[in-house]
Amino acid sequence: MPDLSNLPYEQAIFYLVSALAVGCALAMILSKNAVHAALFMVANFGLVAVLYLLLRASFIATIQVIVYAGAIMVLFLFVIMMLNVQEADPRSSRGPQDRLFTLGSLAPLLGLGLLGALAYVALGVKQPAATSGGLVFANIQDVGALLFTRYLYPFEITSLLLLVAMIGAVVLAKRR
Amino acid sequence: MIPLSHYLLVSAILFTIGAVGVLIRRNAILIFMCIELMLNAVNLSFIALAAYQNLVDGQVFVFFVITVAAAEVAVGLAILVYLFYQRLTTDVDDINSLKG
Repeated sequence: MPDLSNLPYEQAIFYLVSALAVGCALAMILSKNAVHAALFMVANFGLVAVLYLLLRASFIATIQVIVYAGAIMVLFLFVIMMLNVQEADPRSSRGPQDRLFTLGSLAPLLGLGLLGALAYVALGVKQPAATSGGLVFANIQDVGALLFTRYLYPFEITSLLLLVAMIGAVVLAKRR
Repeated sequence: MIPLSHYLLVSAILFTIGAVGVLIRRNAILIFMCIELMLNAVNLSFIALAAYQNLVDGQVFVFFVITVAAAEVAVGLAILVYLFYQRLTTDVDDINSLKG
């Protein structure tokens, strides 16, 4: 096992990828076209997977790409294209004055308030002493060992949840 | 070494963007995607906090969150498709029959 406690250019990669991820998220909520929004979302998930790799969480980075960017977003794109939905022009039928939250009214204020509160908490968190020598690489073996011992019951309940979701989706899709 | 608070700050920014997106978008599918963005932001802070304490429990929790998100998307999109066939719209301003 190579020593992964120090990666080359870790700082530069972190700040670049973080900036790109935030940019993709902003582009997603501001894009007019639903398909473009979904593709920005895929890019955002991929970039966050790089952040997971920087945190030495290789298994989560992999399932982030496979499950989130792969399965979930393909499902979204499938539904967007099947329904062919486009966001109505806010100036056409209903004016933005009918809506409490638009980009020009309360939403940015609430966003700034939320961001301020979260940033205050985030910047107040003290660096734990456990990782002064660098982060430790956690491979799939460590995750699996924990998943099937301490978290066995939640794991089994998750399988039940997936079964219920599958039955629910089939029932909803059959009803016309 | 990157400070833990910077990871949490990125997570906070992504969460806020998702929350603002839920408020300003009218299309139910896009609102759904913004909720996924918020879940993803929370996952990032889970992983960051776990990694900086040398724990793997955070990764197991994120595994559960991703599973729940997948189940939520499957059922939610089925509801949206059903709603679209009933109303021919996914605009949340037009879906207001629960208001009475």
